[in-house]
Amino acid sequence: MNSPMNYLDGNAAAGELSTIFAMDVTTAEGECAHCGAIKRFAEAHLYMHAPGVVARCAVCEHILLRLVSAHQHMFLDARGLTYLRLNV
Amino acid sequence: MWRVGTVVALHDETATARTITLEVSDWPGHVAGQHVDLRLTAPDGYSAVRSYSIASAPNSDARIEITVERLPNGEVSPYLTQELTLGDRLELRGPIGGWFVWRTQQTEPILLIAGGSGIVPLMAMIRWRMATAGSAPFRLLYSVREPGAIFYRDELQTLSDHNLSIGVTYAYTRAAPKDWPRPPGRIDAKLISTGTWPSNLGPTSYVCGPTSFVENATDLLIAAGYSRENIRTERFGATGERK
Repeated sequence: MNSPMNYLDGNAAAGELSTIFAMDVTTAEGECAHCGAIKRFAEAHLYMHAPGVVARCAVCEHILLRLVSAHQHMFLDARGLTYLRLNV
Repeated sequence: MWRVGTVVALHDETATARTITLEVSDWPGHVAGQHVDLRLTAPDGYSAVRSYSIASAPNSDARIEITVERLPNGEVSPYLTQELTLGDRLELRGPIGGWFVWRTQQTEPILLIAGGSGIVPLMAMIRWRMATAGSAPFRLLYSVREPGAIFYRDELQTLSDHNLSIGVTYAYTRAAPKDWPRPPGRIDAKLISTGTWPSNLGPTSYVCGPTSFVENATDLLIAAGYSRENIRTERFGATGERK
């Protein structure tokens, strides 16, 4: 269960995401596929209690992205993001 | 990409917090407000990763400082604050994050709000502001349990005594010094009205602390007329259950 006060910011996942993305993810703008809010990834609510990392929309709390490491693989599920605009 | 840092200095900030200076030969440089991930690996292969904000200003000497608060049931912080010795090597990843940062090009008034060890990345901003003799006026509102829990106490005192462009306000939550005008308690609207900038000056705010602290401070700022777009937050938890 996610109580209201046990989340961090997208910033806290940036190290883990740096193994996938060559560019900084925290300043990237993403659109929530559920409510349409456009926010920096750093502003997402981040839950690290699950086996892996779950980023939720700061406006509607729907899941934006999940990242799970298992053995030799990382699973990235970003279906909650319509897009992520990275700064080149 | 993991780098290796060598411990070159250790300094106790409080009874439970220690500043660790790491020399990282291939350090690419950082921006004030960024953090690093440290990875500790046990002989059996079990590893733990924790994020720590960089306390030092950007520099060119391939050294960074982090300040670590010991958590009572922590898995990593007791080691870092009690067992680590000079010459030890630590694996680290970073610098990380480009959002919760202050850059010298920013000339608007800056409001920093720290809860406990949330002061660390904000201190990097203050130090960078002083090192570059920038023009942005800074105000720091620093919430701590008690006087003995203040990090960088002497440095902050000197700055606020001798530099009119940096204002420091302390808010004590459990025990205040004798004759302190405000009874212990968390940051409230009155303190926001006296220790921050008027919202019409268009300040940018950086709020760092435990999640509940950040929520409370952010709500108070918005109630005081601050624009949410100009409030950047960094929350941390005692949890950090990461592998």
